[in-house]
Formats: sequence, structure tokens, C-alpha cells
Amino acid sequence: MSRWPTAVRSIVLFLGALAFLFPFYYMLIGSLQSSPDTSVKGAFPTEGLTLDNYRDINSRVDLLGSLVNSGIFTGGVLLGTVVFGVLAGYALARLHFRGRGTLFVLVLLVQVIPFQLLLIPLYVLIVRGYGLADSYLGMILPFAVNTTAVFIFRQFFLQLPDDLFAAARLDGAGELRILWSVALPLVRPALLTAVLLTFIGPWNEFLWPFLVTKEAGMQPLAVSLANYISNVSSRAANPFGAILAGACVLAAPAVALFIAFQRHFVSTDLGSGVKG
Amino acid sequence: MAKGTVLGRHPVGMILAAPYAVYIAVIFAYPLGFAIWMSFHDYFFAAPGAIVDHPFAGLDNYRAVLSDPGVRQAFANIVVFLVINVPLTTGLALVLAVALDKVVHARTFLRVAFYVPYVTASVAVVGVWLFLFNSNGLVNTVLGPLAPDPSWLVNEHLAMPVIALFVTWKQLGFFILLYLAALQNVPRELYESAAVDGASAWNRFWSVTVPAVRPATALVVILALITGANLFTEPYLLTGGGGPNGASASPVLVMYQRGLQQGEPDFAAALGVLLVIGVLIVAYVNRRLIERD
Repeated sequence: MSRWPTAVRSIVLFLGALAFLFPFYYMLIGSLQSSPDTSVKGAFPTEGLTLDNYRDINSRVDLLGSLVNSGIFTGGVLLGTVVFGVLAGYALARLHFRGRGTLFVLVLLVQVIPFQLLLIPLYVLIVRGYGLADSYLGMILPFAVNTTAVFIFRQFFLQLPDDLFAAARLDGAGELRILWSVALPLVRPALLTAVLLTFIGPWNEFLWPFLVTKEAGMQPLAVSLANYISNVSSRAANPFGAILAGACVLAAPAVALFIAFQRHFVSTDLGSGVKG
Repeated sequence: MAKGTVLGRHPVGMILAAPYAVYIAVIFAYPLGFAIWMSFHDYFFAAPGAIVDHPFAGLDNYRAVLSDPGVRQAFANIVVFLVINVPLTTGLALVLAVALDKVVHARTFLRVAFYVPYVTASVAVVGVWLFLFNSNGLVNTVLGPLAPDPSWLVNEHLAMPVIALFVTWKQLGFFILLYLAALQNVPRELYESAAVDGASAWNRFWSVTVPAVRPATALVVILALITGANLFTEPYLLTGGGGPNGASASPVLVMYQRGLQQGEPDFAAALGVLLVIGVLIVAYVNRRLIERD
């Protein structure tokens, strides 16, 4: 088909890929250097690598505790996203009830409202009004229901054939049972993609948990590492080494999960949600 | 079968959708109204339990925001950001998606390479960009005498472009994914008839691919715009709080600094309202420009 010289295309793609990956390679190398070596040779070391930076960052930031906080925050958001998203998405796609049209308009409208407009009032309400500073609930609450997920789950359920639902209803199955035993198993692969895409959000989220948690023991790793970068790093023996060691710990779970499940990050699943 | 006509055929749907509806009311609608109310009142943080008046302030907060030099600078910075980020993102994402779509070997490796910055936390990759772009970093070592002075992140002309470049690199994978999805829907006959007409590869790209993915382009531009309007982590960490001298401050960073650090939530609320109005206007203009026939 294409008369693009294939070799040129491949070379450009590979060079681009290497340029994209280099910062990650350099992050790992930098985290293993005993003192920052920013020479070109330092990027390809043959000796003198050490794990001291990991010990150093762990003595200043409770890595394990922060990872647990990140995990609880992410888990809470995922649970809320899937449970509320599936229920509302299914109702919007498959059930005829009063107010459905209004609710769907709401789903579309909410996606237009950017988070930054809600930042200040949510802070005032959640942190000052409800006293949820330094709590998991305070971190999770603004993200617990994801309207984009509702919209995407609705698309998943809409794509299932009508006959299936008619047959199940003829057999006398209740709506909840149809959702649980007929619809959900059929959308499972799409659901997995949605969960993986959702995972990245809270795991990497910085601004909101940064506002909510002042107490170090409650901070997710992204927040404690950011605080380390902006406050403490000047006093460390090898500040960049310690920062990069923390960065590797923060990046590893998301990157590992992504590589393990990369074939689920397929454009078609997402595309069905995006096309609307 | 037609039971419960008042509540619809499946009243159970109301129960399934209720948690979502309640959540929207509490976490979106109420704070949204609160933000707008706050922006028209004299609002400040009081001691817990104290009952204080928040008198109506008319447009005072908006006047304060619009005449604030820091805010103006932040909006100007975002324009610089968008001018660099949006064309670079759309162009690179489309070209790479077209190339990736046709590639046969090492698909997995290439996909992972381009997506991995997107799945990684900003805070983590900011760490390595700090290492690369600080005055003694690898970038300056390689450039040698060509290294900018003052260095990238502390240079008021370069700090914002570096942030724009960082965000382009970070988000590109997601936009490649969107374009790959759009490319699956381009009818193959279009390419075949173009090939029959003897169109060159460049002509086929320009006259078939680009128009066919136009709806995706509209989406990519709007999402890139929203990313720019939401910019916070990068100026906060990469350039140490929007430095040098506010040359890389973003509106959301100013909202945080003025609203929460300096205790002027009413000012920050008005800034938020103006920011959103700005995004909506630019998004609307963009839609008209890209989706016109």
C-alpha cells in the first residue's frame, strides 16, 4: 500500500522510541550513582553503582507507608469508579426510567466542568467544612465517581445486542441479575481496560492529595516525594540520586502494570468510548 | 410488560442511577454554585466555629483578578504554553500514529515506548527532567558552550517552553492512542482510490488521512487545551513554584498560591471562573475552526 520507504519509517520510529525511553533509563541510572555524574560517560556507567540512594530516600520519606497510602487512595477511587460507574452506566444504557434523559444530559454537562473550578470550593467544603483533612475519605471523595467512566460504561452496555436482554427478561430474570450474570461477563475485557486507565489517575494524582494531606504519615508517595523535592532535598548527600530513587519507586508499579497489561490498552476499546 | 408508566418501564434504573445522581449534586453541582457565589462575595477563612458575614462584593473580586499583574503573567504564560504544546502535540501524535499503524515489527516495544511517559506520575518524571535540565545537567554537558545562560529552568524565556516540551512528551502517548483509534475508522477505499489517482504518500496523508481524522483532531486540541489550563505540578516542581519571577506560573498555581497559601479564596474562585470561561471560549472557537466544512 504505502510507498513510504519502510526502512526510513522504522528508523525514525525507533529513534523516537529511544528518545522517549531515555529519561526512564536515565532515571534508573541516576538513582544508582553514588554522586551525580552528568557527563555523557556517566549516563553509561560500567561500575560504581550503589543502592545507597534508596536507603537515603527511605530514611527521609517512609517509602512503604507512602506506597500503602497511594494504594488505599487508588483502590478507593477504583472501587467507587467501577461500582457507581457500572450501575449508572447500565441504567443509562439499558433501562427506561423517569429522568433518564435528564441524567444523561447531566453526564455530558459534568464532563465540561473542569476540576480547577471546583478546587477551591471542594477544599473549603471537604477540608474545612467536613474536617476530612489528612483522611483517606477526603482524598478519595472528589474522584470516587468518574463521569467519564459512567459514559464509557454506558457505551460498553449499549454495544451489547438487544436480543440478549429481551431473552433474559423473557426468562424472568430481574434487572440486577441480568446486569450481574449477563451484561457484566460480556463487557469484562472492556472493564479491565477501563480499570487500568483509571488506575493511572489516582496513582499519579498530585494536586488534590497534596492539598488534603499535611501530615506526612497520610501522604501518598507522589505527595511525599514532591515535598521532598521542594523542601528537603538540598540537605541530602546526593539529592538527585535520592529524588530519582524515589521517582523509580513511584513509577515502577504503574509502569509494571502497564507493561504486563499493555495489550489491553488497545485503541478500539477506548475508541468506542471516545466516538460517543 | 408496560408496568409503572409514571416511573418508566424499569423503575429499578432510578435506584441504580441514584448514587451517581446524588454524588453529582454533592461533589459537582453544590461546589460549582459555591464557587460562583464565593466569587461575588467577600469570602475568607475564619476560625473554626466562628460565624462571620460574607458581604456581597459585586465584581470586586473579578476586578482584583483582572488587574493583578501575576494573573496576567500567568495567562500570558499559558498562551506561550499552548502555542508550543498544541501544534507539537497534534502534529507529532498524528504522524507517529500513522507510522505506528503501518508498522509490522516490534509493535509492542514501540507502543510501550511511546505510552510509558503517559502512565508515569508527573512527580516521578519531573525528578529526571530536573536532573537533565539543571545547570550542571546532562543537557548542558552535551551542549557545552551552547548551553543557555541562565540555564533552562531558571531562564525566564526558556522555563515555559521547557514545561511545554515536558507536557508534550508526557501526554503524547495518550494522543497517539486517540489517533490510532480514529485511523481504524478511515475507509480503506479512500486510500485505494487516491493511490489509483497516483497521489504521492504525502498527498495521501494530507488529502485523505488529515481530513478523515478531523473529529479526533478537534478532541486532541480540546484535551491539550484543558491540560494546559490545568497545569500545576510542572510549574510547582520543575521550576520551583512558577519561577523565575513568575515566568512559568500557571493560573492554577496562582489559584493555589493566592487562594490557599495567602488565604484569599474569593480571589481564587473568581480566577477559576474566568479561567473556565476562557477555556470554553477557546474550545468553542477551535470547534468552529476545525469542524467547519
